[in-house]
Amino acid sequence: MANEVLLEVENLKKHFKVNQGWIASLMQSVSGDGPDYVHAVDGVSFELRKGETLGLAGESGCGKTTTGMSLVKLHDPTAGDIVYNDKKLSEANDAEIAEFRQNAQMIFQDPFESLNPRMTVYDTVAEPLRIHDIRNETARVQRALEFAELLPAEQYFDQYPHELSGGQRQRVAIARALVLDPDFIVADEPVSMLDVSLRAGVLSLLDRMTDEFGLSVVYISHDLSLLRHMCDRLAIMYMGKIVEKGPTDQIIENPQHPYTQALINAVPVPDPDVGRERVELRGEVGDVVEIPSGCRFKSRCPDYIGDVCDQVVPPLEQKTDAGVDQDIACHLYESAEGYDPYAELASMRDGDAAATDSGDDASAPADD
Amino acid sequence: MAQEEQSGRSIFTDLDDGSTNEQVDKWQRTARLWKETLIEQWKMLTDELSVKLSLFVVAAFVLIAIFAPLIAPYPPLQRQYQGDAGILIEKWADPSLLGADNGYLLGTTAEGFDIFSQLVYGTRAALMVGLIAAVFTAGIGTLVGLVAGYYGGKVDDALMRVVDFLYGMPLLPTVIVLVAVLGPNLWNIILALIILQWRSTARVIRSQALSLRERPFVKAAEVAGASDWHIISRHLAPNVLPMTFLYGSFGIAWAILAEAGVSFIGLGDPNTVSWGTMLQASRAYSALQFGAWWWFVPPGICIGLLVISGFLIGRGYEEITNPKLQ
Repeated sequence: MANEVLLEVENLKKHFKVNQGWIASLMQSVSGDGPDYVHAVDGVSFELRKGETLGLAGESGCGKTTTGMSLVKLHDPTAGDIVYNDKKLSEANDAEIAEFRQNAQMIFQDPFESLNPRMTVYDTVAEPLRIHDIRNETARVQRALEFAELLPAEQYFDQYPHELSGGQRQRVAIARALVLDPDFIVADEPVSMLDVSLRAGVLSLLDRMTDEFGLSVVYISHDLSLLRHMCDRLAIMYMGKIVEKGPTDQIIENPQHPYTQALINAVPVPDPDVGRERVELRGEVGDVVEIPSGCRFKSRCPDYIGDVCDQVVPPLEQKTDAGVDQDIACHLYESAEGYDPYAELASMRDGDAAATDSGDDASAPADD
Repeated sequence: MAQEEQSGRSIFTDLDDGSTNEQVDKWQRTARLWKETLIEQWKMLTDELSVKLSLFVVAAFVLIAIFAPLIAPYPPLQRQYQGDAGILIEKWADPSLLGADNGYLLGTTAEGFDIFSQLVYGTRAALMVGLIAAVFTAGIGTLVGLVAGYYGGKVDDALMRVVDFLYGMPLLPTVIVLVAVLGPNLWNIILALIILQWRSTARVIRSQALSLRERPFVKAAEVAGASDWHIISRHLAPNVLPMTFLYGSFGIAWAILAEAGVSFIGLGDPNTVSWGTMLQASRAYSALQFGAWWWFVPPGICIGLLVISGFLIGRGYEEITNPKLQ
């Protein structure tokens, strides 16, 4: 039961076209270049198990929100697929999509924007029920509001969002997500816009939600201490790819990927005597339009080890000296699956050399 | 209650078994939301004195238009007297308001029509043009804007190129050409105005819809599986309503002005009386040179009053839609 897979994401990619206006696109079609794409999510694979809480972490712009939105089909993926109920969503028919819609819900970051200002609390929470034509509307709405600790529920029925506080609004949003009794919820930074004093209440509500509903939850956050508290497993994203994933405790206690190490290092420890080695990241997140070759983290990596990092894309895989279930995408560690990046580097060189043999051949041997 | 249930089970389980026959009327709730939206905006609108006065003026004109046959002493296109030798053009009668003893409150035109009656009946034409044109321009513009803004992409491109094309045409000259081609008739004037006026509404509503569709509450409805029409009618439309009304009330003013302008240059409907045709007749008979100001000043004042009222109501809406102006 616990390890039953609910949702499987297979090599999901979402690229957004860079809008440059029609003159630029005309020029491109004349010169033969394709349009530019922002590689928001670039090949992400993971599975979401029944009843588990999965955290997606990473700095802003790393594609975690786009991943979350793709999970609830707010975006159609550019490539890759999501498998739900043994059915690929790209091949699902209307009835199956409708069923998926009933079982996938999302909680948004900003409670001030996520409720329609022109709808009462009752209508907001009842809307999903009406869309799916589910009976017992009032009783369900009341139950959902009560679960979200908006008590007495009747008192909130006819209130408009502007009459509520931020915490109350987020609770209404949670009630709306819960009212359909979904299988999983994507929570995109659910408390980052709330006052610190209100966070604990909403977090314990979300915690209760996973316990009592048996829900799977995908948490999207940049706040590792929050994710550590809430999640069973963690996936760290960088520039549209997962660089490390595994059980939360393992990742927090024993991070392997240099980026994860830097992220965890940046979490403040409330103890002035704790001495620790600081890993500071230099520079900015790289260019998501012109994706660099090899490892995406190479320009900021403190442990850069040369050409492998520069040329070969590190796959997300088991490593020999890391814990079980912990996948890392980094050349620093030896693959447990027998993958040899150096062999690939060598074959890439051969290919390059063969291609450039007839032309200028000065650069290829110089690297050896 | 629900919290005591087994982990992994739905808190709604007990609700699904006993199917109570509770039926909430969706339409009733939706209608109620719309009503509350309208009432709230009405209250915000009528907060301001100038808007109250303008609404009062418009209401007064509406009453005059409705009860025109009771208010006007004579039919507007009935000659009050014939010239001696059957000549149509005759010296006009002075207004009884200035002491003449003939019962014509504002005198008569050179053709022998009672000016006051014409003024009263002219209200009908002005309001008809203004209101019908405004309702249709605001309605079509809002619908096109919402569809273009929500769907985006090719739909947006196609609709907005139509709007761009219409923007290339100047209002009054195009109306004149259309009316000249279609025939001088009040309905053709209204049609020509509608064709040209929805462009600005469509463009503004589109820009609103573009920003609204990215808002999380629209995303939440999408996640829940709402249809496009559901999102447009429940989530987008109520939030662009003030803009629709703003452009609607400006539309009234522009339509009345345009109708008066078209009628003044002689393309008005010869079978109906409007303030524009009154001005045109007074010019044709050189009322200005003869100092017969009671012929052309009253319709001018009426046009001005109604147009200013329209703009002031629009300005009231502008303050709702753009709180920075307050």
